[in-house]
Amino acid sequence: MSAMQVDVANVSKVHFSMKGEPLLALLDVNLQVEKNEFFSIVGPSGCGKTTLLNLIAGFERPTRGRITVDGQAISAPGWQRAVVFQEYALFPWYTVVQNIRYGLRRKRVPEAEQKRLVDHYVGLVGLRGFESRYPRELSGGMRQRVSIARALAVNPAILLMDEPFASLDIQTREYMQDELLKIWEREPKTVIFVTHSIDEAIKLSDRIAIMAPRPGRVEEIQSVMFSRPRDPTDPAVVRLIAEVKRWLRQQVFGAEAGDTGDRPARETA
Amino acid sequence: MNPATPRVVSPIEDRPAKASSSHLRRDEQGKSLGNPAHDDAARRSSLAALAASMVPPPPPAWRRVLARVSRLWLVVAFIVAWQLISMYGSRINPQLEVMMPPPSAVVSAATDLAARGVLLTHILDSLKRVLLAVGAATLLGVPLGLAMGWSPRFRSVVDPVLEFIRPIPPLAWIPLSILWFGIGDLQIVYIIFLAAFFPVVLNSLAGARDVDTYLVRAGLCLGARPRELFVTVVLPAALPHVFTGMRIGLGIGWMALVAGELVAAPSGLGYMINNARTLFRSDYILLGMVLIGALGLVLDYLMRQAARFAMPWHRGQ
Repeated sequence: MSAMQVDVANVSKVHFSMKGEPLLALLDVNLQVEKNEFFSIVGPSGCGKTTLLNLIAGFERPTRGRITVDGQAISAPGWQRAVVFQEYALFPWYTVVQNIRYGLRRKRVPEAEQKRLVDHYVGLVGLRGFESRYPRELSGGMRQRVSIARALAVNPAILLMDEPFASLDIQTREYMQDELLKIWEREPKTVIFVTHSIDEAIKLSDRIAIMAPRPGRVEEIQSVMFSRPRDPTDPAVVRLIAEVKRWLRQQVFGAEAGDTGDRPARETA
Repeated sequence: MNPATPRVVSPIEDRPAKASSSHLRRDEQGKSLGNPAHDDAARRSSLAALAASMVPPPPPAWRRVLARVSRLWLVVAFIVAWQLISMYGSRINPQLEVMMPPPSAVVSAATDLAARGVLLTHILDSLKRVLLAVGAATLLGVPLGLAMGWSPRFRSVVDPVLEFIRPIPPLAWIPLSILWFGIGDLQIVYIIFLAAFFPVVLNSLAGARDVDTYLVRAGLCLGARPRELFVTVVLPAALPHVFTGMRIGLGIGWMALVAGELVAAPSGLGYMINNARTLFRSDYILLGMVLIGALGLVLDYLMRQAARFAMPWHRGQ
């Protein structure tokens, strides 16, 4: 295996409830992500997958343990780890173009280069003709495309995506998944993709971290070897999806919920 | 250009007539609908023209003006009722002539005072004081409020002082402010400033405090430094609240102006009212009140227009 880019080592995170009671959001999480890998984090709600992404982004600090990128500890958020949020988080006061240019301006990219890059990414996500629209004039799918273009434009080493397609309808979601894969193949970069959808994770990822709740922890790392584009009706793919789902159900709801309790093939590290 | 007659071919017609029954055929031709990546500019503009052709043309300007004016019937009814009551009521009770002069008397009072050149002076003096005071309240209150909203630590230091001064009514400051500034513009401006300052601060504070966490995080992960984050995220996010604060501040300031001018002033609408009281000229009193209401309405309208202009993304919300 090539060099690990992201190293999450023995990370625990304590959150506080409204009453001030400490809650274990994450317990002893360990995972490594390779350069240019498409890595997904799946799990039911409450398993701490978004917390883990926030820690990698630098929005929060681990209570215990450490997270390094290329050997450097993360101290604050930055454009090297751009985030695509579930609810898009577009700046309502900026147009499509201004949103995409936001990070480039912060990076002090020369004006002409900014223009070229913005134009490139507007085309890449298929938003030509909508350059001067405000976000609230766009549909959900288009907003998410702006958000992806905005994150890609700063050319981050790592793209962090927090359930980016969860609030889209099925047709738009599948279209966006295909588009994301195309973009990722054209401009390789490390993607850490949080989702609660096992189907989505298996369609997109090289490897999948499967998390379980109370306390939030990584239970399995599953490799997905099928070549892309992956056919969701391929029997082997169907079998893997079913296996992971059954196993996860068992983890969350107890032994009687999963039929046989088969574990998915463990990754040989 | 008349939007009712677009000279564009319908964008649907460029598709073969029969093929549209099978979406497979359509896909082969690369014309799958709803995929903006396949859209071209010509098609989009012809769709826009088609949309324009479907809506009825806007009514002529005079009809729109008429429609708006006709909605003022309640105001008109009110004025007419007032006129009738004071006219016929004074036959039953002659005191009503003085207690409640009819609108016609108010109008003749206005022409009377305007002809003597005093009316405009009173209006301009009052406006000048309000605008100066609200301007100062905005200049000081907005930055203070935003800073307090953005930094909890700063807020916890300043808040006790602010919350101590806030419940003191501006009117209670009048005696002291006369000692400080004497009777004149500066003293009244100070009273209005006190009244307008707190709504401006508190609304700006709320705006900056309640900025969407995700927008802040988006800014941070795209490389914004603290100062840039403030200018590009916190400020525009708080702007609707800032404008609300300014509108409320202007309204309250306008009220404080009259109160301030009633007690001690050499000119202004409040002075005019108070002076008329000593002269027993209730028509002047009513004129002053009507003008205060009308000017307040105009100022608020101008403020709303300014907000619309400053926040094009916020229109219609």
